[in-house]
Amino acid sequence: MESAVIKLDHVSFAYNGQAVLEDVNLTVEPGDFVAMIGPNGGGKTTLLKLMLGLLKPGRGAIYVLDRPPRFASHCIGYVPQNIHINSDFPISVMDVVLMGKLTPRKRWKRTSDTDRRDAMRALTRMRMDGFALHRMGQLSGGQRQRVFIARALVTHPQVLLLDEPTASIDTKGQAEFYSLLKELNQEMTIVVVSHDLLVISTYVKSVACVNRRLHYHHQAEITGDMLEAMYPCTVEETCPVELVAHGLPHRVLSPHQEMKNDG
Amino acid sequence: MVDALQYEFMRNALAAGILASIICGIMGTLVVVNRIVFLSGGIAHAAYGGIGLAYYFGWPYMVGAVGFSLAAAMGMATVTIKARHRADTIIGVMWAMGMAFGIILIDISPGYNVDLMSYLFGSILTAPLFDLWVMLGVGVLITGFVLGFYKDLLALSYDEEFARIRGVPVRLLYFLLIGMLAITVVMVIQVVGLILVIALLTIPPFIVERYAKSLVQMMVGASLLGTAFTVIGLWLSYRFDLTSGATIIMVAGITFSIVQISEAIIRAAGKRPLSGTRRRPVSQPAIHAKKTGS
Repeated sequence: MESAVIKLDHVSFAYNGQAVLEDVNLTVEPGDFVAMIGPNGGGKTTLLKLMLGLLKPGRGAIYVLDRPPRFASHCIGYVPQNIHINSDFPISVMDVVLMGKLTPRKRWKRTSDTDRRDAMRALTRMRMDGFALHRMGQLSGGQRQRVFIARALVTHPQVLLLDEPTASIDTKGQAEFYSLLKELNQEMTIVVVSHDLLVISTYVKSVACVNRRLHYHHQAEITGDMLEAMYPCTVEETCPVELVAHGLPHRVLSPHQEMKNDG
Repeated sequence: MVDALQYEFMRNALAAGILASIICGIMGTLVVVNRIVFLSGGIAHAAYGGIGLAYYFGWPYMVGAVGFSLAAAMGMATVTIKARHRADTIIGVMWAMGMAFGIILIDISPGYNVDLMSYLFGSILTAPLFDLWVMLGVGVLITGFVLGFYKDLLALSYDEEFARIRGVPVRLLYFLLIGMLAITVVMVIQVVGLILVIALLTIPPFIVERYAKSLVQMMVGASLLGTAFTVIGLWLSYRFDLTSGATIIMVAGITFSIVQISEAIIRAAGKRPLSGTRRRPVSQPAIHAKKTGS
């Protein structure tokens, strides 16, 4: 196996007898910036959880850095979707970031100064260093989001997985947020789940359309831009993700191969 | 209060109350942040089945009650993990059955019957010295447990999914937490009664939660607040000749209501233009957070 960061090989997953994902193949190369888009309930989050080893595939195999996800989790940075959980929880920003330093081997050790400096550096990078001693509950949605990214960065991950990261950030914040991800992308592979179109504009390198099945649009496939129209990605079986774009310039993905076959 | 302390039973009652407050402050913090109050109630009531068993077979109280409630607690923890949306119903059933089982066993036991009231409200004024030592032991045990697994417990309580990704043995730790809770509840019930245990597990941690900056702070704060409730309650019960357990609960409950109402007033005054900001979404325990799909 070559050095694919994430590799999904004929992966299927069913939940309560209902197929969520079917025969999904995906190879994420190092340095890629993939946006996984698709409708709600299409299986995006499930796919992310499979990559994290939180769920096990019904069929097929998943490799993260050539290992089963469970053994690669220390190389993955994960930013969860719901950042509003437990807003009453008594925890400081610093302690949330230090959670990223938990490893099975160091279980009994006390938090070292190195860990704290590392956490502080991650916070500085996210421009949240001034909030280290604040309670999580006092922060705004966007600030909390950045703390969770700092928590993911503190592990020095090779891959960063983000689940709907812009759900709680306003439009201006979103652009800022994605240029930050673009910066991080110089050091690590990024997979971001999103149903929001801004992602596919200037920031990402490739797009994976997920709706039970997955269709991957490689960088090279992304053709021209400047078109306000329907997103021609809608063939029932191959990539049933339909997107309507209006306003700003967008990129348009070339039709899937299968589409041509259909005539 | 000072003149009351010349009686040994008052000194013992005070010691029992303070120990119970500290133990409940620590465990209650974990109960409140993990949202397992209902499960704690289930354990506490089901434990009565164990008391019935111990009574019927002539076993020592500890063996019967601790064994039975540990088993019930593990059952409840399993249900919470495996069938999360049914968990509250099944815990409710176990809650009721444990209690009924205990009462029937005591009915058919020969000899005189224990008073259900003393199980519910305890007999803090008659706490024997031995029970105080047992409580001290339990206190040391849970303090050790919490300190030893602090970072893992914090991760489990705050973000179970992330904890799993970081290699925290979430399931094992959850069972351990519930097991410790069962032991705590049974040991403390014996002295202060079931109702007071539930009150001390929930009220002080809940009041402190919003002001604490860390889990440790919340534990310490809840223990201190619980101690204050206990001391004030005991004094009032001595002064006005009232049932001590119930008086302590009323002190805690009234404080809770005052804090809630004044916080609501402050919030309303602070941001009248904004509406519909709920403090906390009605949500299931942290262990439920695993959601598939989408």
